[in-house]
Amino acid sequence: MTTPERPDVIDVPSESGATNGGPAEAPEPRPSGKSPARRMDVVDLDAGFGSTTIISGINLKIEPNSVTALIGPSGAGKSTLLRCLNAMHSTAKGAFATGQILLDGTDINADGVDPVLVRRRVGMVFQRPNPFPTMSIYDNVAAGLRLTSGGRSGRHRYDDVVERALRQADLWAEVKDRLRNMGGALSGGQQQRLCIARALAVEPEVLLMDEPCSALDPISTSKIEETIHALRLDYTIVIVTHNMQQAARVSDTTAFMTILEAGQPGTLVETGPTSAIFEQPVNQVTGAYVSGQFG
Amino acid sequence: MLRRRHRRDRAMTVLMTALMIAIGGLLAWILLYVALKGIHALNWGFLTDTPPGNPSDAGGGFYNGIIGSLIIVGLATLAAVPLGIGCAICLNQYAGGRIASMLRLVVDVMLGIPTIVTGAFVYAIWVIYFGFSGYAGALALGLVMVPLIVRATEEMLRLVPRDVQEASYALGVTQSRTIVSVLLPTARAGIITGVMLAVARAMGETAPLLLTALGNDLFVETNPGNRMSTLSMQIFTGATGGFTNAQDRAWAGALTLIVIVLALTIVARLVSRSSAVGGR
Repeated sequence: MTTPERPDVIDVPSESGATNGGPAEAPEPRPSGKSPARRMDVVDLDAGFGSTTIISGINLKIEPNSVTALIGPSGAGKSTLLRCLNAMHSTAKGAFATGQILLDGTDINADGVDPVLVRRRVGMVFQRPNPFPTMSIYDNVAAGLRLTSGGRSGRHRYDDVVERALRQADLWAEVKDRLRNMGGALSGGQQQRLCIARALAVEPEVLLMDEPCSALDPISTSKIEETIHALRLDYTIVIVTHNMQQAARVSDTTAFMTILEAGQPGTLVETGPTSAIFEQPVNQVTGAYVSGQFG
Repeated sequence: MLRRRHRRDRAMTVLMTALMIAIGGLLAWILLYVALKGIHALNWGFLTDTPPGNPSDAGGGFYNGIIGSLIIVGLATLAAVPLGIGCAICLNQYAGGRIASMLRLVVDVMLGIPTIVTGAFVYAIWVIYFGFSGYAGALALGLVMVPLIVRATEEMLRLVPRDVQEASYALGVTQSRTIVSVLLPTARAGIITGVMLAVARAMGETAPLLLTALGNDLFVETNPGNRMSTLSMQIFTGATGGFTNAQDRAWAGALTLIVIVLALTIVARLVSRSSAVGGR
């Protein structure tokens, strides 16, 4: 607690001392006072590569401070939709996306919007853990801040941010004594939580997760699910998953995507509260999918 | 069935081991032979004197050549490394389709040009107008080094997983910053190995230097604006001159060259420690 702009560490107020005097239990989602979780609205989105349309006519409301799960069979375009939400889709050659993607009311898919700035507000965790192989655990977490600010920075400048992000990702206890070790030396599950911490360190408004547990063992998976559950209080989360039990466990809202006819692009068939999608789906195809009849 | 597979497995293991020993032995033979031939002419004077005025005399050394090699190869490296790495980054990150394939073709053609032709080319475009000089030699060696560096660097950049780069983009890091802070560090060891191979190659090049730097065994020249000697050229003249003493100096020069390249490689390896892909 040396500088005034230092972010409070939300879950260790006693040992670090709180400047604002507020108790840790106060519903203060943004420790550093940055912008809170935001809603996203996808309006009539078509996206694909070259002459191939992968998803078509997507309309989706993503509520703030909740977990939205995208489920559906392989090839339905779940990842493509997710990658549109932070403008990662457009990094591929020949990629196109038409329609509106509103982040708190502003269209981030419009011409002239800098995708780099969008990605600072909408973070992403990938399917396979991908820590930066040449960086230490500390540097991995600090990378988002370090590489988006100009100039050099001191070795300890991001101590507080790193600790907070690692605590949020439930990794702090396991790595606090070896922050200068290489990130790549951790286990797969730890690496994935490191990647979550790295995404959280820049305090995005929305966090996208593309099958974050598909490369992990069940114990690591349940740890990450607990993390997702806790993060919902502070973030808007969209998660793609192949695992329907996982969708049922972690999400508030579920959106089901599929390809209705062979050769057609993927569409969003049904969206609703997770319990409704799994227990009384309106659409027959959704019912068939969630009951395990195809996919 | 199983026994036959075991037999074949054993036969292959023996064959591979034999090949490995043969290659390792060949390498050891070359190094030991050069060391044994060179060591008795190698003394302090060899490293601090210029060759004797009369090449049949004993004594003297290749000090001017060592200095010349370091200066000329150093200049060539200074020019070729940024150019080669920049070109590789361009191929890997920016250039698409036809421009990239054209650039690759140019690099491949440059790789295939005999180095004496490179020397003749530099002679025609530079030496005719400005005379023989260390700069002309560095230009010729740089032209030899650039395609080697481009190729090695591009291979290494291709080994960096796309995931890692995307992770950086997803944090809101720009492409240029991602290249500098994520892509290049990840590929660092491999790039440095590639650069060192190019340096080693340039250290040994003789033909293009005969047409550009020309050589100068009268005194120690440190101004690359004038003609200068290199170790490689001194080895060449010493070995082909027909005097026993000159040949002894050439052997010592060869040993010195190997030691310099080895030392540079070890230093580069130490610098490139802790990197993710390539190298090792």
